[in-house]
Amino acid sequence: MSTAALLGQDPGWLILVKGLLIFVFCVVCTLMAVWGERRIVARMQMRLGPNRVGKFGLLQALADGVKLALKEDLIPAAADKVVFIIAPIISATTCFMAFAVIPFTGTVTLFGHKTAMQLTDLPVSVLYILAIASVGVYGIVLAGWSSGSTYPLLGGLRSSAQVISYEVAMGLSLVAVFIYSGSMSTSEIVAAQHKWWFSVILFPSFVIYVISMVGETNRAPFDLAEAEGELVGGFHTEYSSLKFALFFLAEYVNIVAVSALATTLFMGGYHALPGLTFTESWLGGWFTLFWFIAKVVSFFFLFVWLRGTLPRLRYDQFMKFGWKVLIPTSLVWILILASLRVMSQRAVSRMIVLGFSVGVVLLVMLVTTMYDRTTAKAKAAAVLPDLPPPSFPIPALPGQSTVNHLTIEQTQVVTELENHNG
Amino acid sequence: MADEAKSFSQQLLGFWVTFATMFKKVNTVQYPEVKEPTAERFHGRHQLNRYEDGLEKCIGCELCAWACPADAIYVEGADNTEEERFSPGERFGQVYQINYLRCVFCGLCIEACPTRALTMTNEYELADDDRAKLIFEKDDLLAPLRQGMIAPPHPMYPDSSHLNYYKGEITGSHPSQVQEEEK
Repeated sequence: MSTAALLGQDPGWLILVKGLLIFVFCVVCTLMAVWGERRIVARMQMRLGPNRVGKFGLLQALADGVKLALKEDLIPAAADKVVFIIAPIISATTCFMAFAVIPFTGTVTLFGHKTAMQLTDLPVSVLYILAIASVGVYGIVLAGWSSGSTYPLLGGLRSSAQVISYEVAMGLSLVAVFIYSGSMSTSEIVAAQHKWWFSVILFPSFVIYVISMVGETNRAPFDLAEAEGELVGGFHTEYSSLKFALFFLAEYVNIVAVSALATTLFMGGYHALPGLTFTESWLGGWFTLFWFIAKVVSFFFLFVWLRGTLPRLRYDQFMKFGWKVLIPTSLVWILILASLRVMSQRAVSRMIVLGFSVGVVLLVMLVTTMYDRTTAKAKAAAVLPDLPPPSFPIPALPGQSTVNHLTIEQTQVVTELENHNG
Repeated sequence: MADEAKSFSQQLLGFWVTFATMFKKVNTVQYPEVKEPTAERFHGRHQLNRYEDGLEKCIGCELCAWACPADAIYVEGADNTEEERFSPGERFGQVYQINYLRCVFCGLCIEACPTRALTMTNEYELADDDRAKLIFEKDDLLAPLRQGMIAPPHPMYPDSSHLNYYKGEITGSHPSQVQEEEK
């Protein structure tokens, strides 16, 4: 029986229970993620991080949340009040919705019902996730716009541009998964990875997805929307109290959501690591939840690691990377992949497939060498223009002597004057 | 291409740095629970010292107050009498205040002090919730009485002058003074 059919038998109350469990999972994940991130980043900087509230500081995020809720709720006079209030609600609700189609476990028994820990299964569930993520951008745009202030507006524009651009690359990287699994349903994609994870056979797609998921969630090194030195706090500069807490929650739930999606689409979902498949039947199938969470947590660690290691990108470089590197690369990769897929479906002889692969490799090598040659030529051609020396002292350019032109001229003038007088 | 590959591998090296740092010893000191000793000559709270028999070293000359760049010290001197003697010699510091809201802990007062009455301790926990509490009076600053010291006012060591005190020849209270104190 397929997961979709299994989920179709769920009574109404079970769906409610699952919805509640997913909500609790997301909120607890956020609390733990905030704490975990601060502790891990602190370790990377030879600090301890929060360790005061509760055992190991585990309740730090909870304490911060309570503090935030008790703060004064300010709404700027220039703000568009209704939109200002709606924006964080949009952000916080859409981020939870992606979890509806994420399979947390395989077939399990919950309150005597045979089911799977997945709220619902759509034939187009991955498209649904992309759509929800796009709706989430409205929260950011509207927050920036309704604040009635310059920096939030710029921050909102930046992050919406960023999220939209990287969503293109993300969508393209997912196409490869669709081609290989032959489905857009998350549970079927997980089932299709029973033998080989897509992160192995579709490695380029996986890399593109991982990069674009960092861009999608506005996280370091792509956290340009919150570039403190340039934009104060970005789109949520004017937000305080619970409305700010909602944005905070949305950011972390989004991180967990893209990690969960990465797990589902590329890392075999709730399946055990290769060689440990026997663990999947432990605890009546519930042990698969452990594998799912373990994979999500390792993705989260990647997020934190990136934040601890890389400096923030410049905005134009970031956009250039998204549009001129990620998107063309994934387009070419999909083209190659689709051709290979069609060949295997039509049962083309192995020699032709081999010839095609070799041809692709040769073509890539040809293009890169040509690119290298042209850049080398451009470098050689770029000779410094022969300008007259400026009338003010300047530091020497590479290859120039450090002698100051002005002082030479001055000494000449001085000696001439002396000769004239003497 | 070779340069790009090299720079990329160097960027990957950065990931190793942060990863390896996670397992290094942390620098954090868990302050209120764990207190690391300060440097030996750390400039902390001031102390007004005493001679070995308990008489105060301060002569109320105000040189510390004049040396202070932050105007944090206030001194009022007064005359010692034969009945009430606080320090050997003519004068003593009757009022002595240091305002720790102004003090910059430069130590110029210590350099100015002619009798080494004023020195600094290593104590640095000088925070409080009231501005008035941070103006330290003479009682707050005076060094505690050690073994063999008698609280002033009391007469000088028999058959001695302030010069004997100054040269460090007085090493404790006279037995007769101790007996009188015990009565």
